[in-house]
Amino acid sequence: MPRKLPALTADNRAFWQGGEHGQLLIHHCDACARFFHPPSPICPRCASFDVRPRAVSGKGSVASFTVNYQQWTPELETPFVVAIIELIEQPGLRFLSNVVGCDPLSVSIGMRVQVRFEHVEDVWLPLFGKDQ
Amino acid sequence: MFDHRYEKDVAITGIGQSEVGRPSSKSAMRLTLEACLEAIADAGLTREDVDGVACWPGDNNNGDPFSPIGPSALKSALGLNVNWFGAGYEGPGPLSGVINGAMAIAAGLCRHVLVFRTITEASARLTNKQAGALSAKTQGRDSSHAWQWFTPFNVHSGINLMALYAQRHFHEYGTRPEQLAQIALTCRANAQRNPRAIYRTPMTMDDYMASRMISSPLRMFDCDVHCDASTAIVLSRRDVARDTRQQPIRIEAMGAALDQPWSWDQISLTQMAAFDVGRMMWARTDYTPSDVGSAQLYDGFSILTMIWLEALGLCPNGESGAFVEGGKRISLTGQLPINTNGGQLSGGRTHGLGYVHEACLQLWGRADGRQTRPHSVAAVAAGGGPLGGSLLLARD
Repeated sequence: MPRKLPALTADNRAFWQGGEHGQLLIHHCDACARFFHPPSPICPRCASFDVRPRAVSGKGSVASFTVNYQQWTPELETPFVVAIIELIEQPGLRFLSNVVGCDPLSVSIGMRVQVRFEHVEDVWLPLFGKDQ
Repeated sequence: MFDHRYEKDVAITGIGQSEVGRPSSKSAMRLTLEACLEAIADAGLTREDVDGVACWPGDNNNGDPFSPIGPSALKSALGLNVNWFGAGYEGPGPLSGVINGAMAIAAGLCRHVLVFRTITEASARLTNKQAGALSAKTQGRDSSHAWQWFTPFNVHSGINLMALYAQRHFHEYGTRPEQLAQIALTCRANAQRNPRAIYRTPMTMDDYMASRMISSPLRMFDCDVHCDASTAIVLSRRDVARDTRQQPIRIEAMGAALDQPWSWDQISLTQMAAFDVGRMMWARTDYTPSDVGSAQLYDGFSILTMIWLEALGLCPNGESGAFVEGGKRISLTGQLPINTNGGQLSGGRTHGLGYVHEACLQLWGRADGRQTRPHSVAAVAAGGGPLGGSLLLARD
């Protein structure tokens, strides 16, 4: 399925390219020992610059989801699932992605998922499948 | 003097609105001028009295049908001499023009600020069905601070984000589709009494349930309807508003707070910016939610109206489903009439200022054919996700 890709910057590169080595890289503040997202040069909680991308387990659960049926572009393969995934490392640590590799109607809030990467050009999109 | 709540020095003195077309044959500027001149005349003023212009989001120098006309173009077309003018996307959502204009008056920069909102999304879609797609906001790779986190996952429309809020609301509070349907059904019933509304044929629960699922749990009838239209209001300093044609409507309180990240997925999925906004608004007035006689609550998507009901304390947190169930309570003759002109779902996506226009009609008793029982306090709220602003309007 075609995807619009993100423009890479010094701040977001780790998130979008960690999958090259099979890693989901999330920014972590070493000063307050917490992850945060989206990545930024500064921790939004304590304003420390002592931040760096760190690998997380890639495990999480579905915080919310929607099955998209609308054919927004001719190339789009519908239906597909858009979801917000909360990672197990920290309450509230989450981002939007797709749940793939299963019947869209089988997805539910609280469902446990595991990251899998889709490689397009120089981007490794962190998508999620059912955690076996 | 530093704890003075300056919005109370400001009043709405006139309103105007162009035709609401799908599409309109008139140009964006023509629609804008019709709305603005009607508002100025309605206030009993002339062009020479206007010394400020505000808008949201204004002209982005790209001809975007989301906002084709900004204060600069309007000022020149109308030959206005102003002390202050301004617009811009960033701020507390579609009511930003009103909030900024009120601040310009309260700061002593202006006496009468013309606030307007023009949109031509209906005619834009005649030539380009992708007009307004999130993926079309940037050329090539997505470099936008907000949308780069969504477009790679094929989020082409805001509806996917609103559907995430709706699904979470259903999950946490047990909200059901037939409850959500009442927003669409109520808007349609009200639109039937508004000759300017776009969709005026009756809608039943069966019609709603049969409408196409776009992004679960949101259906086609949960989405607002694109239009070509312009709406305008005149804000005046209250001490110079004494000679205006009709009794000024006071801005009793404003809400514009955001105590969370500006983000569509990091923000609270069930509260959005709306709860921050509501808390701020009620902290700036002695009125309480039980004083509100009508509410115009953003319905770009139906779920947003539900969240605004809770955010402004018009129903208990998490209970908007039960509050709207059956539709009676929010109907024109109910305890809290909402979106009395048909909202954006059936009236047309005038986007923000249309709600203020309708609130004023109701407070002035000028809402022919859809007038609620007389009341003196109205609530207006607009926006979804990190965008949110609210107004409490009062007639003496």
